Amino acid sequence: MSEFTSSFWDYFVGVITLVSIAACGLLLWMQSTHRASGSETSGHVWDEDIREYNNPLPRWWMWLFYLTIAFGFLYLLLYPGLGSFKGTLGWSQITQLEEENAQAQAAFGPMYERFAAKDVVALSKDPEALAAGQKLFLNNCAQCHASDGGGSRGFPNLTDRDWLWGGTPEAIKASITGGRTGVMPPMGEALGGQGVKDMRHYLMQLSGNAYDSIRAAYGREKFVVCAACHGADGKGNPALGAPNLTDKIWLHGSGEEIAETIARGRTNQMPAHKDLLSPSKIHLLTAYVYSLSAK
Amino acid sequence: MKVDVVELYEIRKAIHPRDVHGWFAAWRWLLVWATQLVFYGAAWLPWNGRQAVLFDIAHRKFYIFGLVFWPQDIIYLTVLLIIAALSLFLFTAVAGRLWCGYACPQTVYTEIFMWIERRIEGDRNARIKLDASGLSLKKFILKAEKHGIWAALALWTGFTFVGYFTPIRELGAEVLALRTGPWETFWILFYGFATYGNAGWMREQVCLHMCPYARFQSAMFDKDTMIITYDGARGEPRGKGAGRSDQRGDCVDCSICVQVCPTGIDIRDGLQYQCIGCAACIDGCDQVMQKVGRPKGLIRYSTERALEGKATRILRPRVLIYAAILAGIVLAAGAGLWLRVPLKVDVIRDRAAISREVEGGLVENVYRLQVMNTTERARSYEVAVAGLPAGALASEPRVHVGATDSRMVPVRVRADRALAGQGTHDIVFSIRAVDDENVAVQEKSVFIVR
Repeated sequence: MSEFTSSFWDYFVGVITLVSIAACGLLLWMQSTHRASGSETSGHVWDEDIREYNNPLPRWWMWLFYLTIAFGFLYLLLYPGLGSFKGTLGWSQITQLEEENAQAQAAFGPMYERFAAKDVVALSKDPEALAAGQKLFLNNCAQCHASDGGGSRGFPNLTDRDWLWGGTPEAIKASITGGRTGVMPPMGEALGGQGVKDMRHYLMQLSGNAYDSIRAAYGREKFVVCAACHGADGKGNPALGAPNLTDKIWLHGSGEEIAETIARGRTNQMPAHKDLLSPSKIHLLTAYVYSLSAK
Repeated sequence: MKVDVVELYEIRKAIHPRDVHGWFAAWRWLLVWATQLVFYGAAWLPWNGRQAVLFDIAHRKFYIFGLVFWPQDIIYLTVLLIIAALSLFLFTAVAGRLWCGYACPQTVYTEIFMWIERRIEGDRNARIKLDASGLSLKKFILKAEKHGIWAALALWTGFTFVGYFTPIRELGAEVLALRTGPWETFWILFYGFATYGNAGWMREQVCLHMCPYARFQSAMFDKDTMIITYDGARGEPRGKGAGRSDQRGDCVDCSICVQVCPTGIDIRDGLQYQCIGCAACIDGCDQVMQKVGRPKGLIRYSTERALEGKATRILRPRVLIYAAILAGIVLAAGAGLWLRVPLKVDVIRDRAAISREVEGGLVENVYRLQVMNTTERARSYEVAVAGLPAGALASEPRVHVGATDSRMVPVRVRADRALAGQGTHDIVFSIRAVDDENVAVQEKSVFIVR
């Protein structure tokens, strides 16, 4: 913003503010007595015969007016409000947020420290830790993985035993901390239109679904290019995030979507949380996620 | 033409009301005792191992004996305020400023503070003399004594007030150890200062210049409203002393009615906005009438219409309407409280994952149930879902929630795609306490098949 404005306007606004407040005080002082012409009314007449009495206000009321003026000056001295002057207390919305965060840290920090001292498997059986972990999960993970951790299309189900990147506590913690990027390269050009369809039949065979045996056999011949990641037996590779193709779990859909995945590839991302959550929170979340499938 | 310099802000003229006894003063003292026993006392009552009346703002739980109110129950506060306002309207239409004269905290605390003042400085004449005298050691001691006791009472009032928001026994221990929190300290001092300032110093200034009700209550007045009146036909021409003759009225012009008035007016000038309806002048005048052997009631509760010699109508449209609305709301609020279910449930649909496929051609939707147990014991609830063809709950139906606690429970609902059909289906969750089938709540939501 500072490129577009000059500090002239800060002074302009500041001077107008101060002069206005001072003028209010001056007006009040000048108006606290007046020369009356013996008349009891203010001289204003409404609706032909309604007049206003000039009854005095209580003196303490006048002091309240002066008090508000003093308050105004004091406020502008202590808090930001006068042009770009920051106020002597140094208060801002940012400092308030930081203070509140520090208070929350002081209030909840000991609980997280206590949980951080236990290992993930033990925590995953501790009801108190799971209750706290569930709150973290609902606030940070449920948007994609659903409130029950069951996921939806494109977002892995965390409640089953099928893990793209491994289901050990260490692997789960690494997924949350650093995130994951799973890339399936497009194979449409390499396989050709018919080759993609054949491959789909082979995958149906691998996962125990209905398939055309001749076309599956064609697909099987070409599976060698897939085996680099998914393994010769198609059971996947957690080091690469390559899914197991022999179960009935299809992250991106089990119908025609499979052909699309083969032809066009997929890039799927789990964002890193190391900058969003403290290590002790990630530890607790790991235990909660681990508990979802450990039942 | 004469030109004067006029002050637009006048210094308050001190009022030294004279002590008054009698029927109406006794009523006022009765209400002082009744309201203040409740105020100073209720904070100390225990109930089931907690404070009986406690407004726990930090945890947003408001305890009144057996009832626990949550922020969602704000309607009851609204209703309470409406009942209070309508009662004020009704009482005012029938009998004028009853609230102001007998029950308003400003009146009640002023009465207590004036009693302390009288005990230390003496009655009206002694106080006028004392205030007019120059500074002396005796005056200093008397004033210090008075303000000391006022301040102590005011601080106790502030302490009691804060004791409704933070447990008063713990607060008492904190005060004794001088380690009250910043907000507790602020509110004890602020409420104490307000009590001391309003009841000790401001007094009638509050009624004349601060109170909004004092200014708009004339809207409820009519010719049949009871007001405190001076019977001019009987009293005038007034006169005092041996020169009285039969042509004189009953008013002996003793000015007792002016001396006892807490707002410093002369009721014989007729109804004035300053009159708070405290009836001190009635008590004062009745005593004088008794002494001079005349019937009581020269100053009395009456209506403008009665003074004109006509009959007062109490049941008039305004009164009937106020009474009918008030009765309706009281009944509705009573029924609402009686039928209140100590369980609240909010259903929040998962928004990103709208609908998902699971094995066997089934479709699953996920919801969060916020289950709030507003009773003071832990409870288990049974969750069920209805309204979906071949649909059922696919997660744990039993939910356990601690005492006055709430839990967010993820819930799965599953349906057959073919039977339910594509689109949006209205469903109803019912949540029922396992140990009491009357504690049940139904909440609507939707199930989406994609």
